[in-house]
Amino acid sequence: MGKEMHPTPMLDQLEDGPWPSFITGIKRLAKKNDMMVDLLGQLEHSYETRKGYWKGGTVGVIGYGGGVIPRFSEIASAFPESKEFHTIRIQPPAGMHYDSAVMRKLCDVWDEFGSGLIAFHGQSGDIMFQGITSDNVQPAFDVINEMGFDMGGAGPAVRTGMSCVGSARCEQSCCDEQEILRSLVNNFLDDMHRPALPYKMKFKVSGCPNDCMNAIERADFAVIGTWRDDIKVDQDAIKAFIADKGRDYVANNVISRCPTNAIALNEDDTVTIENRNCVRCMHCINVMTKGLSVGDDTGITILIGGKRTLKIGDLMGTVVVPFMKVDTEEGIEKVVELAEEVIDFFAENALEHERTGEMIERIGLVNFLEGVGVDVDPNMVAEPRQSSYFRGDGWDEAAKEWYANKAERAS
Amino acid sequence: MSAPRMPDETGVPEPFQYMHPTMKENYGKWAWHDRPRPGVLHHVAQSGDEIWTVKFGTQRQMDTATITKICDIADEFADGFFRFTMRSNVEMMVADQSKVDPLIAKLGEEGFPVGGTGNSVSMISHTQGWLHCDIPGTDASGVVKAMMDLLHEDFIKEDMPNRVHITTSCCQINCGGQGDIAINIQHTKPPKINHELVANACERPTVVARCPVAAIRPAMVDGRPSLEVDEKKCICCGACFPPCPPMQINDSEHSKLAIWIGGNHSNARSKPSFQKLVAAGIPNNPPRWPEAGSIVKKILATYKEDAKGWERINDWVERIGWPRFFELTGLPFTKYHVDNWRGARHSLNSSTHIRF
Ligand code: SF4
Ligand code: SF4
Ligand code: SF4
Ligand code: SF4
Repeated sequence: MGKEMHPTPMLDQLEDGPWPSFITGIKRLAKKNDMMVDLLGQLEHSYETRKGYWKGGTVGVIGYGGGVIPRFSEIASAFPESKEFHTIRIQPPAGMHYDSAVMRKLCDVWDEFGSGLIAFHGQSGDIMFQGITSDNVQPAFDVINEMGFDMGGAGPAVRTGMSCVGSARCEQSCCDEQEILRSLVNNFLDDMHRPALPYKMKFKVSGCPNDCMNAIERADFAVIGTWRDDIKVDQDAIKAFIADKGRDYVANNVISRCPTNAIALNEDDTVTIENRNCVRCMHCINVMTKGLSVGDDTGITILIGGKRTLKIGDLMGTVVVPFMKVDTEEGIEKVVELAEEVIDFFAENALEHERTGEMIERIGLVNFLEGVGVDVDPNMVAEPRQSSYFRGDGWDEAAKEWYANKAERAS
Repeated sequence: MSAPRMPDETGVPEPFQYMHPTMKENYGKWAWHDRPRPGVLHHVAQSGDEIWTVKFGTQRQMDTATITKICDIADEFADGFFRFTMRSNVEMMVADQSKVDPLIAKLGEEGFPVGGTGNSVSMISHTQGWLHCDIPGTDASGVVKAMMDLLHEDFIKEDMPNRVHITTSCCQINCGGQGDIAINIQHTKPPKINHELVANACERPTVVARCPVAAIRPAMVDGRPSLEVDEKKCICCGACFPPCPPMQINDSEHSKLAIWIGGNHSNARSKPSFQKLVAAGIPNNPPRWPEAGSIVKKILATYKEDAKGWERINDWVERIGWPRFFELTGLPFTKYHVDNWRGARHSLNSSTHIRF
């Protein structure tokens, strides 16, 4: 303690300005923790040379194969106190709710064993406890674990998931996001803590098609709340909205922005919605938060295969389940069963370092659907195929199957 | 020696133990909401209960003193409860409207910007960078701090046409995700191979398989097994660097920044969309990245001026067309904007739909 600070003329410039400064915070920590003195020195060196100086390694806790991100400094001779600067990934409560009592305890653990620097949250949703020596990882984790928090995922494993605030505060929510997330992730803790999948597998749950969690673009398994019946309309609230904002505002910002022209403004300042053509985009509901709300026959849509750039380019998830009820325990159990099918198929069929979406791209959606036991549905495509290069000699059976399934669904 | 402690494999913690009582009581039973002022949400439950949420920005990489300060504020005004959004904003909920203004005043005193609601520019989603990642070409925390200083007014007000989500990524893995605006590292030169290290450290088949364009092949260098890169094929993506540290892709001059726009995660109006390249070759210039900052400011000012109500950046460009976007922002359109990756034909104009 009390090590002299390195000069940090570049980082100092990040202390100005109206936004809270992480540098000011790290400097505060450096007053009581030499690790942060050298961390600042190394970071300044990165700013000067425009290079990073961390390398990986192997650090973990007993019983788990992942969740600690090891970081060893490549320039430890100059900055010895931050030679080991590992991160522990911890799963937050679903919906990222905290109270001050638990938060203060988490801070105490990190002041005692680590650097005192915590990120809320990482891009996968973990609490990132950053900066700890190899020796302290196990005792720090033990205390955090005894508080009721568990390690997050890293490597080729089920990763920490995220769900939106949803039911806790948002009237647009169409499902119990936090329960669905917990049911999914907690069913696959073995695949999270003992990484043995081809690559990462992420769950994200958004309560409505606003998809505040970016699930479609970023999750291998995206669960999005939706509804089947009609949008609820409170015509008095609509009239009040129009009285306040004017007819032009509603015409230009609501009516003309509906992607399927499903909403019309009437002479008497009420609206009529053609629900059959509403694609549940949320726009009109987002604008008229009191006059319009989601229906009562709620459920979820599941899209599979979203991911970022590596290796073949960004992919969005594809609809695999257009609609499914989840308002009972059995309903949620069915989601978990589908996830089990998906993960089993992924584990067996994906190449090393291939995400679910890339696997589907390589083998084709139909092979994937057959593998996980889901029937094709026109909601899975934006449009039918354009290419005539296909072999259709199973057409008659496929058509028969379609009619049989249709009859079954109707009964 | 006693047996080692085995972890309690408890998974995702149950949230109700940490949830504000009004949220817990009305879970799944909310009726509507409005926004009384920027930074504040007002939700009304079917029961008639009301809750006000005050939202404020943080530096995300927080020291324990900052977190403790947030706890103190929560204890004083919000019964000790708060939550984080996925963009590292804090939401503090109060069931008593009279506490809203004092809470905002307190947050102001303590230096936390109140905002990020409605049609504002929210906090930039944030990756790790030089502070902690093993592969970064830049420092996400620094970029975010520098940008948010510039965008502070746009955070605390709600005067954008629609909300704007900005992301950063400090390598081309892009763990920052999709954004209305994305500020990402873009390498411009193939990796320099450190052959010394390859001989000792590298699993050659893994890194060969990782390259998206099959530009890496095993080779003998100075009589020892190493690798070589076909520099004509290499697209400088850096995918070989994480599995193989000798593939040194980060370069203090040639690792640049690129800016992408129009990524939209929401299904509102149009379907979700991926971001598109608008500017590259921007210097990676710590500690304040002024060149990237001025391009972001220019794009935002143009969007604010030209977009219609509720158009997100992708909706706006869809309406006015890309030629007009480049004209209005003054950004150059180059051969690098024309996609040549798989599926690229879908991004070409195969019609006479041209605005004059
Ligand atoms: S995804 Fe929908 S339900 Fe969830 S917080 Fe966003 S708007 Fe609300
Ligand atoms: S939710 Fe979207 S598609 Fe449905 S009526 Fe409203 S604007 Fe139209
Ligand atoms: S974007 Fe790349 S460099 Fe930055 S934190 Fe993510 S993986 Fe690391
Ligand atoms: S930078 Fe990308 S394209 Fe170039 S060799 Fe490495 S993986 Fe291949």
